[in-house]
Amino acid sequence: MSAVTPEIQRISGMRRFKDKGVQFLVYLAFAIAVVPLVSVLWLVVSNGLARFDMEFLTHSMRNIGARDAGGGAYHAIIGTLEQVALASLISVPIGLFTAIYLVEYGNNGRLKRYISFFVDIMTGVPSVVSGLFVLAFWILILGMPFSGWAGAMALSILMLPTVVRAAEEMLLLVPNDLREASYALGVPKWRTIAKVVLPTAFTGIVTGVMLAVARVAGETAPLLLTVFFTDSINNDPFNGPQMGLPLYVFDQAARPNDTAIDRAWAGALTLIVIIMLLNLAARLITYWRSPARKR
Amino acid sequence: MAKQIEVTDVDAYYGSHKAIEGINMTIDARAVTAFIGPSGCGKSTFLRTLNRMHEVIPGARVEGKIRMEEQDLYGSDVDPVSVRRTIGMVFQRPNPFPTMSIYDNVAAGLRLNHRYSKSELDGIVEDSLKGANLWNEVKDRLPRPGAGLSGGQQQRLCIARAIAVKPQVLLMDEPCSALDPISTLAIEDLISKLKQEFTIVIVTHNMQQAARVSDKTAFFNLAAQGQPGKLIEMDETTKIFTSPTQKATEDYITGRFG
Repeated sequence: MSAVTPEIQRISGMRRFKDKGVQFLVYLAFAIAVVPLVSVLWLVVSNGLARFDMEFLTHSMRNIGARDAGGGAYHAIIGTLEQVALASLISVPIGLFTAIYLVEYGNNGRLKRYISFFVDIMTGVPSVVSGLFVLAFWILILGMPFSGWAGAMALSILMLPTVVRAAEEMLLLVPNDLREASYALGVPKWRTIAKVVLPTAFTGIVTGVMLAVARVAGETAPLLLTVFFTDSINNDPFNGPQMGLPLYVFDQAARPNDTAIDRAWAGALTLIVIIMLLNLAARLITYWRSPARKR
Repeated sequence: MAKQIEVTDVDAYYGSHKAIEGINMTIDARAVTAFIGPSGCGKSTFLRTLNRMHEVIPGARVEGKIRMEEQDLYGSDVDPVSVRRTIGMVFQRPNPFPTMSIYDNVAAGLRLNHRYSKSELDGIVEDSLKGANLWNEVKDRLPRPGAGLSGGQQQRLCIARAIAVKPQVLLMDEPCSALDPISTLAIEDLISKLKQEFTIVIVTHNMQQAARVSDKTAFFNLAAQGQPGKLIEMDETTKIFTSPTQKATEDYITGRFG
């Protein structure tokens, strides 16, 4: 019986070659993935800057003729902000409490499995279907007017499963040790969740909610059927047609003259800037809350 | 402050699996009781039945009687939360709350249960940290996060957190297994100090530690893998380590198995 004595060797040329080759492929994949992102950003910024001015940000399209230059997206910005805020107001509490139920109280019971199943189904609902649902139920059956609120309801249907899944993942990441430590101090379960589990998962939940917000802020189809169109400023999301930035871009881009096309690009740029600002705000909130800052 | 615990015929289950069977013992007040035994023999499970932490695990349940000074801890009208408030626990791995500062960690159990004035809280936090021999190391950085401390300091922080709520009994589940010898020594000194005030039960894999810190020692064993763990014998620590009555105990403490 002869055992092979291990000896310390040089790295073989083949291994070095494979290492470099795989490294190259990984960099290449990264570069390919970044190309569409950069090109979209570049297109939007370079085309959008032409009309991205104070007039655009502070004026609506009221009394702007079909061939006129000028006009702006103020009415659409207001609409988008209000609709997204209302949609978050509906879906964040419901989504968060659903996730808390699934993680903390579900105990693998039947209700938990049903909820999980339906959340998965909701994730697959095409955005236009949620718009159709609100149109059919809220506007046609209940006879409510087109409004920002109707749009917010359609958006919240899209947001809800994203929020549930993101919050659920984050709550699952909270180590059980912390829950037990809290129970062992004689803290009731609901307080443990409120004071220990949620603060620990806070950063991740905020990030998840921001992703959901970013996703719905760009939705056009559900708005098309629920908030309708308007060229005027409507500050009241509960009454009458409103505008939204995606709708605005959709509307302007379909018009035949260059002034409208420029407005469409500027509208797209505005939407991107709004989402970036919201993300930045979320980062700041999580930064202020993070324990790392105090170290 | 400290109370005695009487255990009669306790069985504990995980679902249909019986983890421990027929435990009877008396845990003395103001003394340190050590549980020793091979891995998987149910020491930790039994420890967790003492403050109703066992049932936190889905599917886990307990049968039998555990009385603390004539009060049945498993009575139908007993609130498990209040049991845990009276019987504190320190875990194997230090687990300070990561979102909280050192101060907030110690104050956590108090704040989460009652309202205290700032000066009251300051006093209790200082006393608890002094009680856990940690005050001198952290007094200048109370607002810093508890997770920034070393492992041994974190464990003492957890002890400070547990004694801040003034429990009658303190359960410790291998509190030194993740620590270096110096931190272990600090915690053992602390245990000897704490037993003036609290009833202490400690699970340990370290026989020297059991011999050093405890007044009484209980040896647990299981007949075979998959069988429920049982209490083999319990006596004064000196007796267990010098002249145990059971063969299995002698084999275990002399290192012949386990």
